[in-house]
This record gives sequence, structure tokens and C-alpha cells, in this order.
Amino acid sequence: MTANGGGATLAEKILARSGGLERVVPGQIVEGSVDLAMMHEQGAQTVAPFHQMGAQRVWDPDRVVIAIDHWVPASTEGAAVLHRILRNFASEVGLPHFYDVGRHGICHQILAEDGWVVPGDLAVGTDSHTNMLGAMGAVATGIGPTEMAAVLALGRLWLKVPPTIAVRVRGKFAPGVTAKDLVLRILGEIRTTGAAYRAVEFSGPTIERLSMPERFTLCNMTTEMGAKTGMVAPDATTLDYLAPIAKRPPRPLRPDADATYERTIDIDVDDMPPMVACPYSPDNVRPLSEVAREHIRIDQAFLGSCTNARIEDLREGAALMKGRQVAKGVRFIVTPASTKIFDQCLKEGIAQVFTDAGAVFTNSSCSACFGGNMGILAPEEACASSSNRNFPGRMGAKEARIYLMSPAAVVASAVAGEVADPRALA
Amino acid sequence: MRSVIEGKVWTLGRDVDTDQIISGKYLTVIDPNELKKHVFEIALPEFAAGARAGDLIVAGENFGSGSSREHAPQAMRAIGVGAVVADSFARIFFRNAINLGIPAIEAPGVRAIFATGAIGRVDLTAGRVTNVTTGASVAFPPLPHHLLDLLEAGGLVEKVRRELEARGGSSPGPG
Repeated sequence: MTANGGGATLAEKILARSGGLERVVPGQIVEGSVDLAMMHEQGAQTVAPFHQMGAQRVWDPDRVVIAIDHWVPASTEGAAVLHRILRNFASEVGLPHFYDVGRHGICHQILAEDGWVVPGDLAVGTDSHTNMLGAMGAVATGIGPTEMAAVLALGRLWLKVPPTIAVRVRGKFAPGVTAKDLVLRILGEIRTTGAAYRAVEFSGPTIERLSMPERFTLCNMTTEMGAKTGMVAPDATTLDYLAPIAKRPPRPLRPDADATYERTIDIDVDDMPPMVACPYSPDNVRPLSEVAREHIRIDQAFLGSCTNARIEDLREGAALMKGRQVAKGVRFIVTPASTKIFDQCLKEGIAQVFTDAGAVFTNSSCSACFGGNMGILAPEEACASSSNRNFPGRMGAKEARIYLMSPAAVVASAVAGEVADPRALA
Repeated sequence: MRSVIEGKVWTLGRDVDTDQIISGKYLTVIDPNELKKHVFEIALPEFAAGARAGDLIVAGENFGSGSSREHAPQAMRAIGVGAVVADSFARIFFRNAINLGIPAIEAPGVRAIFATGAIGRVDLTAGRVTNVTTGASVAFPPLPHHLLDLLEAGGLVEKVRRELEARGGSSPGPG
């Protein structure tokens, strides 16, 4: 059932306000004023164009966050140079909100846990998974570094108002099923191009019950659907999460009841099993139990990334890990999404649980997710991962196989030494 | 920017993501002349050594999906790629390419009419891509004016530079 009453979707409402307009329609081009701009290492490529533009200063330094995360601390000379460029730029133009080594974390997690994005915002970042922050009830999207230079100079950018796909979810997760399984299930339906240039708006009773970390996981992987942004309308859960941390007052907007959606997808999760995305695409999704029956040996397991390395994910993983051992021949890498989460893991004994089991517990970073820092795969190898992409070459060799799954399933796979269903451990 | 671009075509399949254009291991490289040695290393290994300035890339659906890395179009610009034409683009790659002054043309059906080595012609104003070798062609909706202006200026850097200069050379203050 598609509502078609001429009301506005959440993305349309936010982009209208951002553009200073009463109403916008899909396809319209809007000059939006940016509420928050985030840069990670790719921001080093923003510096030269910023100067070439002849810009003298940043439009609003209190709305700019720099959070280095891909190579932290610098693991190569090249990375050290990128960090140096950013530090110099931050002091030269006066950007105070720099999360340097020691306070670092994955850029999206930093924006979330320090309340940098609030409901109603238009937020942009130099990373494609900026979509995650749409969980705040914001339009949050990734842009490239040259475009970021223009944002720093002008405080605005053009955006084509996207049509919105509504994803309405009802039902309760069965034991062993998580928000990650839900987003994989949705990816299996929307596929990697199905939401291209579109906004994805999640709603329904199941979504209303999800915690903010679960909503982050959902919105994070709308990037893999090709979406411009993934969002959840702000409610009490959003406002409660932000109350102690919000950097600015929330301006919550909600979609109209008669909003016009391009497409509506209804999902009932009552009977949904754990899911897995098989090589070599995040939309190659199958029920995990079915894939587990194929006894696919793994060489590495990775519990990390902006998708699934929050304290809730690590607690869940540690609860399953406790008293068990990582299978012989498996390298299990556990990487918290931020330094704050890392500290919390030390306090709660979570780090100890993983290291006792034979896992390596690393400092916060993007870690093995992107194949450029650590945990790189050789051609013949396979990895069970809580991250978001399994394209050829994502974690190293182009032949290496990556299976995307929930944190619980990653732990189950690390224990079994093969792609495994977490319900087998429970 | 010329409104008609002609060059030798290199073809790629669908879903060529940015990891296959510039692998994650090169993300700390910022010199475009170094990057261009590794462009399409995974998707089309013979491209980096064989491509010449003015060559065209013709790809299937969802070209440039994945990460926001501008290294991908940067490397293409360093080679001097004349235009990238695809059945469809992922949004960040599309913006990055246009921002760098590379015509990115979405022409559904284009992949099917080309093979590597053919001569392609892109007419930006008429909205048509032609395989000069075979005579086949497909139409596309011409780019909106503000994007043509951006390409005309040579990319976003030059466009913003002109805008700031017109204002007196400095960025606006907060608020």
C-alpha cells in the first residue's frame, strides 16, 4: 500500500528547510545549507582545492569535525602524511574539533556518540557511510573531498531532492536475529542499485522498538543499496539518546502521514532467520543456516567497522565468546568503533574475554574493513565479517571471499572455523 | 569543455565499484600521477598502461559504487579520460567526476552498443552517444544547466573560485 496524498517525506521536509523553501519535490535541485561537515583522512585531499578556490576561512568551524580513522595510528608513511596535512590545516584555519590519536574513533561513531548530528540536520561527510547518521532523523550523506572544499568555503551544496523508498517493518526478532540480519534481508530485496539516488525511510513497529545503535546499523548499510541517505524519523528514543550529548538543539521533523513514496516495502520479521551476504556483493543474501550447511572454512573473522562495533555489539559477541576458544587456524580481529567503546570494553572485561579466547583486540579504527590497513586477506582466504562490503578486493586480494553477517554470527564462525549460525552456540 | 568528445573506448561491466577502480591499498596516495598507474587494477588491468588521453570509458550499471574515494576520478583525470559513459552511476562517483570536470554521462543502454577498441562519440548538447565504428547510438537526457556550467568552468574548484572572487575574495562568516 503506497500513501499518495501529496504530503512530504522526511527527506523532503529536511531538504526544504535546509534550502529555505516551503516545499520541495523529488528531482528538484536544492541549495542546502550544511549543518555539519565531517572529514576523515580523505579530507587531506580537501586542503588543496580549498586553497585553489581562494577561500580564506571556513564558513563555521564549530560545524566541522575531523576524525581520522582509516590508519590510526599511522601505519604507513603515506597515512602519516595525510594526518599531518589535516593537523596543519586544522591549526591554520582554526578547526577545533579534531579527534586525533588517543581520542579517535570511526568518524561516523564519533558523530553519533558526541551528538554532532541532531534531528533535522543536513550533514555531509567525506565517507560513503555518512548515511549512518540519518538514524538521527537527519539527511546525512557522503561527498568527495573537492566537494567538501566547497562546503568548507561556502557552507552549502546542491542536492537533487531524492524520491523516497519507505521500508515498513513489523514483527519481533527471533533469538539470534539482529538489526544486521534485517538490513541484509532488505538489501537482498532492494539490491545494490535499487535505492540509487533515493532516500530510504525506515518505519513501523519494529523500527520504533529499535535502539539507536540498531538504527545506526540499519541506516549505515543503506549506502550498499546505493541510497543518498537512510533515515528513521526522530522519536523519544532519538531524543533520549541525544539529550545528554547533543551539540545543538534538535529540530525534529517527521514525515506527513500522506507523504508520497516512490515505493513501499513491507517486511515482517517474525519468521526471519539470521542472514549472510555471500561473495562478492552485499546483496547476495541467503539465510545463514543454509550457507552454514556448506561448511565454508574461514581464515579470518572480523568483529568491527562502523556497521557493527558498538558496545552493544561487543557485549553480545563477548557473551557468546566467553568460555569458548577461537578455532585453530582462524585469526579473529576485534576492533571497537571508538576509543570510548574501547575503554568501556576494558572496564567491563570484554577485551579480556576476547584475548582469553585467542582473538586479537585492537585499538579503534576502520581496521580490516577496507583492505588498506590491517587484517588483509590473501587470495585463497575467506573471512566472516560484521562489516558492510564484500566486493572483490575489499579486504585485500580480489579473489578473497568475505561473508557479511551479524556480530553474533562472526563469533560463532570464529569458534567453528567456518561460516556458522549463532543459534548453534546459544 | 568541448560539446562533442570523441575517443577510443574501453568497456567495463556492471557494478564496478571504487575498490575495483582504485584499491584500498592506494588510498594514502594523493599524487594523481602515481594513482593513474593503478587505475582499474582489479577491473581492467591492461587499462593503466594502455590508455591514452582522450580515451572514453563505457560501463554498465552502477558504475563507481562503494566508497566516496575521489582517487577514482582523480586517477582518470590524470590519464586524461575524455568522458565516462555508463548505463547508470552511483551517486558519489557521479558528483566527484563532475566536480573534477570529467563529463559523466548516464546513457541507459550504452554498454550494449560498445566493445573495447571501438571509437565513441559523445555529443553533450544533443544528448547522444554514438559508436562511430558500428554506427549504433543511444540518446541520453542532456545534463542539467548547473552541471553543464560546472563542466564548462572546468570543475568545482574553478566555479567556487569565480564565485568567491566576485564576492571580494573571502568566504562568508558564520551564520
